[in-house]
Amino acid sequence: MELIFERSREGRGCAILPGLDVPAAELPEALRRGRKLHLPQIAEVDISRHYTALMKRTHGVNDGFYPLGSCTMKYNPKINDEMAGLPGFSKIHPLQPAHTVQGCLKALCMAEELLCEITGMDGMTFQPAAGAHGEFTGLMLIQAYHESRGDRKRTKIIVPDAAHGTNPASASMVGYEVVSIPSNSEGCVDLEKLRAAVGEDTAGLMLTNPNTVGIFDKNILEITRIIHDAGGLNYYDGANLNAVMGMVRPGDMGFDVIHLNLHKTFSTPHGGGGPGSGPVGCKELLKPFLPVFHQVREGDSCQFDTPAQSIGSVKAFYGNFLVVLRALTYVLTLGAEGIPEASANAVLNANYLMHELAGLYEMAYDGPCMHEFVMSLSKLKKENGVSAMDIAKSLLDHGIHPPTMYFPLIVEEALMVEPTETESKETLDQAAAVFRSIYETALSDPQSLHEAPVRTPIRRPDELGAARNPKLRYQFTE
Amino acid sequence: MNTPKELLYSKSHEWVAFSGDTAKVGLTDFAQNALGGLVFVNLPEVGDEVEKGKACADVESVKAVSDVYCPVSGEVTAINEDLLDQPELINQSPYEAWLFEVGSISDKEELLDAAAYEAFCAEEE
Repeated sequence: MELIFERSREGRGCAILPGLDVPAAELPEALRRGRKLHLPQIAEVDISRHYTALMKRTHGVNDGFYPLGSCTMKYNPKINDEMAGLPGFSKIHPLQPAHTVQGCLKALCMAEELLCEITGMDGMTFQPAAGAHGEFTGLMLIQAYHESRGDRKRTKIIVPDAAHGTNPASASMVGYEVVSIPSNSEGCVDLEKLRAAVGEDTAGLMLTNPNTVGIFDKNILEITRIIHDAGGLNYYDGANLNAVMGMVRPGDMGFDVIHLNLHKTFSTPHGGGGPGSGPVGCKELLKPFLPVFHQVREGDSCQFDTPAQSIGSVKAFYGNFLVVLRALTYVLTLGAEGIPEASANAVLNANYLMHELAGLYEMAYDGPCMHEFVMSLSKLKKENGVSAMDIAKSLLDHGIHPPTMYFPLIVEEALMVEPTETESKETLDQAAAVFRSIYETALSDPQSLHEAPVRTPIRRPDELGAARNPKLRYQFTE
Repeated sequence: MNTPKELLYSKSHEWVAFSGDTAKVGLTDFAQNALGGLVFVNLPEVGDEVEKGKACADVESVKAVSDVYCPVSGEVTAINEDLLDQPELINQSPYEAWLFEVGSISDKEELLDAAAYEAFCAEEE
């Protein structure tokens, strides 16, 4: 397939600009661009066909089942886009006076209030653009809190080894030393190891609950108490909130600060590179440190406020507003009954699919799961040479997006499956049938799985080559 | 699995080659095979103090980033800069692709000989 730059033809295009009716201004020499701009010159019809062709070569949640574990690829209702497209929301400017955008500010205030109600928090910033950005912001709040008390010896963040890789990375970005604690045989936090790890240097703990193997940590109240008793704060990674929203609140589990992935849990588009939204909620004690552009109600009107000891700005203005608006639409559509029902169905769907596959596939952990489950292909790999990667690639031939592979790291040859609540029983039954038939092929004809996929636009991309010698931009000849 | 007799091994899958009062450290064949194709190596700096059992380098494969633990305590005297541009050397010849060299060795982990390490890996599998 030709790239957009390869389709470009000199002089072709679709922009018809009006004649210049002001005096032409010369840019100072030093500010002038020396090289050609290299914008593709292409007719509108060809642009449209180019991107439609690209769209047909990919797989989104609108194409088929997408059980990518830890990513919550639920269907995004179209009413979210309809609301976000209203001109009163979409045709505004960040520097408009507040009294001219009261509706937008009220939407932000409502979103804050509702998401705080769901999570048990007291305040929320919408600046962070995604989950890891939220982690970074939340940890900066923890750091600002300790520093405001003159408590400078707290230099360590405790992270369980089952955590998402972003947790230790974010802690490191903020300047903390990461203490990794091993999980117990149930995939949960080992309380004795946690007690041994805390001390006067503990700034906080980062935890996902349910955790990355899809298990709700029963000891959560004890875990957060151990950290609080040591003088640290608890950070909740909201990656897996879809399992428990409206059922149990991070604020009631003992967490002081959280991030949400609106683009996962609250049904705004994701998987295409953004824009996302990773708001950070916090308890009263951290509110003075929230970033600038914090929406507040003042009587009947709404304003942006700069909290007293604000950590400053982590993104321009107030974050990705139209994504927040989609999430607000979702929350209002589902309501107080629909939110917990969505989580209940997410957990039911995961358990149903796990039950359907458990006879053949080896589950990494016993017992019921939450919103996702982890299978280990290590036995199949040893005995038949078929890896988690082979199974994943074969699913592509059947029109199913593969589960998350090789994560969490504590499970060998892991496949992590998260069906989400928006899939019907028929879809789950069809997927289970596909999984079963691939397993049978793994036993009878393992070689064919090494060659999968065979029906996709490209076969197996060279991931190693792409990582070692990435080509990040088009090489122009002139 | 390739396990040269003249080397010593840690349970975290590093090999150690002692020579006088210095030691070269690398990743075992078992480790590179489990990690898969390596794409990035992060090494300590010459002069860094390293402590036995503590992470002092990391390697990134297409699957994950993994810590490399130092089997001895001492001071880093050299690093294998070739690996920074060609991490695949670890996959191609793990026992030639040393990561770093430690001198002024003050302490070391309990290390395994080749036979004991092979038995340990068999148990892990």
